[in-house]
Amino acid sequence: MAALTREDVLEIARLARLHLEDDEVERLRGELSAILVHMERLAEVDTDGVEPMTHAVPMQLRLRADEPGAALPVEDAVGQAPDRADDFFQVPHILRPAGSGDGRGGAGGPT
Amino acid sequence: MSEPLHYLPATELARRVRARELSALELLRATLDRIGAADPHLGAFLHVDADGAERQAAAVDQALARRDDPGPLAGVPIALKDVIVTGGVPTTAGSRILAGWVPPASYSATVVERLRAAGAVLVGKLNLDEFAMGSSNENSAFHPVRNPWDLERVPGGSSGGAAAAVAAGLCAGALGTDTGGSIRQPAALCGVVGLKPTYGRVPRYGVVAFASSLDQVGPLARTVGDAALLFEAIAGFDPRDSTSIQEPAPRLADALTRGARGLRIGRPRELELPGVDLEVTAAVDAALDVLTHLGATVTDVSLPHAAYWLPAYYLVAPAEASSNLARYDGVRYGMRAGPPEQSLNDMYARTRGAGFGAEVKRRIMLGTFALRSGYYDAYYRKAQQVRALIARDHERAFAEVDLIATPTSPTPAFRLGEKTQDPVTMYLTDVFTMGAPLAGLPAISVPCGFTPEGLPVGLQLTARALDEATLLRAAAAYEQATDHGLRHPPEQNLAGEGRA
Repeated sequence: MAALTREDVLEIARLARLHLEDDEVERLRGELSAILVHMERLAEVDTDGVEPMTHAVPMQLRLRADEPGAALPVEDAVGQAPDRADDFFQVPHILRPAGSGDGRGGAGGPT
Repeated sequence: MSEPLHYLPATELARRVRARELSALELLRATLDRIGAADPHLGAFLHVDADGAERQAAAVDQALARRDDPGPLAGVPIALKDVIVTGGVPTTAGSRILAGWVPPASYSATVVERLRAAGAVLVGKLNLDEFAMGSSNENSAFHPVRNPWDLERVPGGSSGGAAAAVAAGLCAGALGTDTGGSIRQPAALCGVVGLKPTYGRVPRYGVVAFASSLDQVGPLARTVGDAALLFEAIAGFDPRDSTSIQEPAPRLADALTRGARGLRIGRPRELELPGVDLEVTAAVDAALDVLTHLGATVTDVSLPHAAYWLPAYYLVAPAEASSNLARYDGVRYGMRAGPPEQSLNDMYARTRGAGFGAEVKRRIMLGTFALRSGYYDAYYRKAQQVRALIARDHERAFAEVDLIATPTSPTPAFRLGEKTQDPVTMYLTDVFTMGAPLAGLPAISVPCGFTPEGLPVGLQLTARALDEATLLRAAAAYEQATDHGLRHPPEQNLAGEGRA
């Protein structure tokens, strides 16, 4: 594939929820393009019929017994949150009242 | 023994403490003095937990006074790479995004609980490349680590603080993590032993995740016997880690004394690379001659896909990292950036943009690229298929030999700043170490000599899955036949005013 464009970099950053400064966008464009040249060598390898390896050793995920255990104490859970309200984590608005927002409220909105 | 206390092996320290020839508190005070004097030159520690260590040492001494068994690591000062979660003691992963975070007292990694149960005294948290991503420790958000053999050079990475601290006698041993070489490469560059166990052998509960199909915890130590002692203490099944292998912890005492006679060692033809330093090649050749004299046989083997280790690794690991690091979002712990009136998505992006360093951003971007819709098959899935072929190469080689030998690193320790401008140049320093984690296999780096400038060189041995015993057997036989382990970094590098 051709070298990444500035728009490619911005789109990947948006997917990764990563704010980049302008100089970072330009630097990453060059660096990622250079790294991807190496990755494209994988296309030389014949992998027809090869099952992808998803774990380093064959293993089956186990189920533990469904028994109640001690819960994390509330203070342990929320005590070091950057922002909290009582026993809850506090975050910026996810949904804004109709007509009050900029239309790109957050996780539930179009992103 | 004429060695100062801080260079005695962990096995000897534990013997003296258990025999009550040396109290755990005395040993701790000597260790804290050594850290206080030498670490200003190295920058190996991010946090020294003097109070916690004192409580643990006192408990060991009290147990001995009651004639209770304090465990095989009684009183031995051990330090932890700062991706290993320690309840009540700061854990940063070398990142600004976690700066100041103190895990709840009830939350410690399984390996931490196991070391404590074995009587070890945990003296502090060691510097590293941010989120264990790097090969020089220059990606720490806090400060770089200097190599005790030459303070102008890097200690390797990402467990650079661990390797430097062990090499300079700031602790008797350390735990690091290895995803693509992060235990073995710094061990080689600092002249210590570094063991990456089989995938799933050591529990990862409470270890900050980087790439979950590759990450493994293991020891760095000054002797092979010490590495075995630490490995025995931390290995074995843990129900809290869904990838933990249901095998009992290995017993290794026999392996350490069996010698190398009869071992079949293979040298992969495909890894005779043009970029390897002649001094490194010479040291590795000489090490294999020693093993031959000890009764091992050395033959050629083939790992046909060795040229694809790097591209496969740098797709699989960043893809998994981009997913694992999604949890650092400014909601539950760590820092938050941006104005209060911003949207939730802007808060995520600004927090992550301000909290992550350049290499972590690069890998998140690379991983997100490889996983996104429309690219997944051509990149991530393709890399997983090539990974399967890499594992198959190893299986075939191990039908012919018991161990695979290469240099650990193509060069000795390089200069600070030498490789920071070009990410790919830095990635190439792990060219020999990515194969074992991709195939899930155990591997060790053992000191195998010095360059004429006095920089350490490491020999890497890789074994079959779950066969750490053979790795340690060969490494112990080699160590006994040579005297590389008796050399320590120049003391003048660690004296006087610090500058790290």
